[in-house]
Amino acid sequence: MMNLSQDVAVDTGAMSKIQVRDLNFYYGKYHALKDINLSIAANKVTAFIGPSGCGKSTLLRTFNRMYELYPDQRATGDILLDGENVLSPRADVYRLRARVGMVFQKPTPFPMTIYENIAYGVQLYEKLRRSDMDDRVEWALQQAALWDEVKGKLKQSGMSLSGGQQQRLCIARAIAVKPEVVLLDEPASALDPISTLKIEELIYELKRNYTIVIVTHNMQQAARVSDFTAFMYLGDLIEFGDTNAIFTNPSNKQTEDYITGRYG
Amino acid sequence: MDWRYFRRRATNVFNLTGSVLATLFGLSWLFWILWTTFAYGVSAFDWSIFTQNTPAPGNDGGLANAIVGSVIMVSFATLIGTPIGILAGTYLAEYGRTRPIASVIRFLNDILLSAPSIIVGLFVYELIVLRVGHFSAWAGAVALAIIMLPVVIRTTEEMLRLVPNTLREAALALGAPHWKMITLVAYRAALSGVITGILLAVARIAGETAPLLFTALNNQFWSTNLSQPMANLPVVIFQFAMSPYESWHALAWAGSLLITLSVLALSIIARTLLRKARMEYS
Repeated sequence: MMNLSQDVAVDTGAMSKIQVRDLNFYYGKYHALKDINLSIAANKVTAFIGPSGCGKSTLLRTFNRMYELYPDQRATGDILLDGENVLSPRADVYRLRARVGMVFQKPTPFPMTIYENIAYGVQLYEKLRRSDMDDRVEWALQQAALWDEVKGKLKQSGMSLSGGQQQRLCIARAIAVKPEVVLLDEPASALDPISTLKIEELIYELKRNYTIVIVTHNMQQAARVSDFTAFMYLGDLIEFGDTNAIFTNPSNKQTEDYITGRYG
Repeated sequence: MDWRYFRRRATNVFNLTGSVLATLFGLSWLFWILWTTFAYGVSAFDWSIFTQNTPAPGNDGGLANAIVGSVIMVSFATLIGTPIGILAGTYLAEYGRTRPIASVIRFLNDILLSAPSIIVGLFVYELIVLRVGHFSAWAGAVALAIIMLPVVIRTTEEMLRLVPNTLREAALALGAPHWKMITLVAYRAALSGVITGILLAVARIAGETAPLLFTALNNQFWSTNLSQPMANLPVVIFQFAMSPYESWHALAWAGSLLITLSVLALSIIARTLLRKARMEYS
């Protein structure tokens, strides 16, 4: 176990929440992730950056085994969540997804009311009385900084909200289940600058209670919101470390070329 | 230089004219049929067709027993065909997707979709009528359900495929089991489309004559007994139109108008719903 904790995150004084060990990933025969090893710090924001097709979303989707939906995708290696291997066939995928929530690139409100959107996930795990559910919905919407905008129209369709509001609704929906980790897959790339700013402020707030992993195309965003940054290229983890260090003094030539805009 | 542009424009005008004429040619038949149905149907229309049963030759009467019979058989066919069709469509769109068995089912379904309805009638005749020993409304409903089935399967599958995969992933990412994702999220997203499919299938079977000739046959009298032959609009129209009696001809026109109007109404409702379904996920 000593060996397991010799990771970057631990060196910077943070507890490790997720540890990825020798992870390989395949789309059919295509080798998409190669021997990935990294550690995600608890209650911090970790960003994955890199050019399109580098594998950052693929890596994110292994954390909640989202890839299992597609029969030709498979992963080998270990992903330890609080020391438990979630890739093991014995690990319960529903319990995993209750602990590890996810928000997608395009807002995905369900075709139901705002209230039902939030309650949907909660009902999968808990039998709450009506008043408790009301409280939970309010709490989740407040956490996602959406409550003040929607409190008068909880019975309206979730699809009637603006794009930025829809995305915050999805964050509220993920949080309502009370996960420990929240995965964000380019959560702001389909949004306007003001909505993006709101999401970034929200991420900053949320890391107090949750461990956050964010995939982003936008390097300024990674620099603004994250504590740690992983730079990936063609399925390899090139460099991983403190965000400030990566952006001001990268130790790898490829990382430097990417963040200074020489390719990507 | 100018010559080239002139040629392009001329080709464009030529093709446009051609396609407009072709469309008009096709549509003219439709409007001719509609016009004839309305002209004869409206003049033969009388409120007594809703209150009186089909008459003996030369007597006054209506279509009440045939209307009720059609409604009963179409309703039971819908009750039988819809759940099976929706379940099969769900399998194809949600579970089968990439499995080879799904493409086999899809292929067979397409064949069933274009199978002549008289063959379905003969099949049910063999299957039910011969075994039971007499014609019955049940047999009619089963025949109509079989004709309805492939339409419902097709549209259910297509409408579920319109539901974006990201929505499925979002539900599953919350830890929802597959069946809960389908019933609570995918069905809701596809609802208006699936209802459209059912309405179109009802419109399709409302006017079917051939399968009923071999199954429900007809009944001169008022009957709501599903184990007995039952009157229905298509077969009444067929028999009355073939007869030499003027009063029967008039009733056949009125019946045709009635079916045409119902199918038209169903199609308009279906179109409106479909437009809504497409807009939600464009």
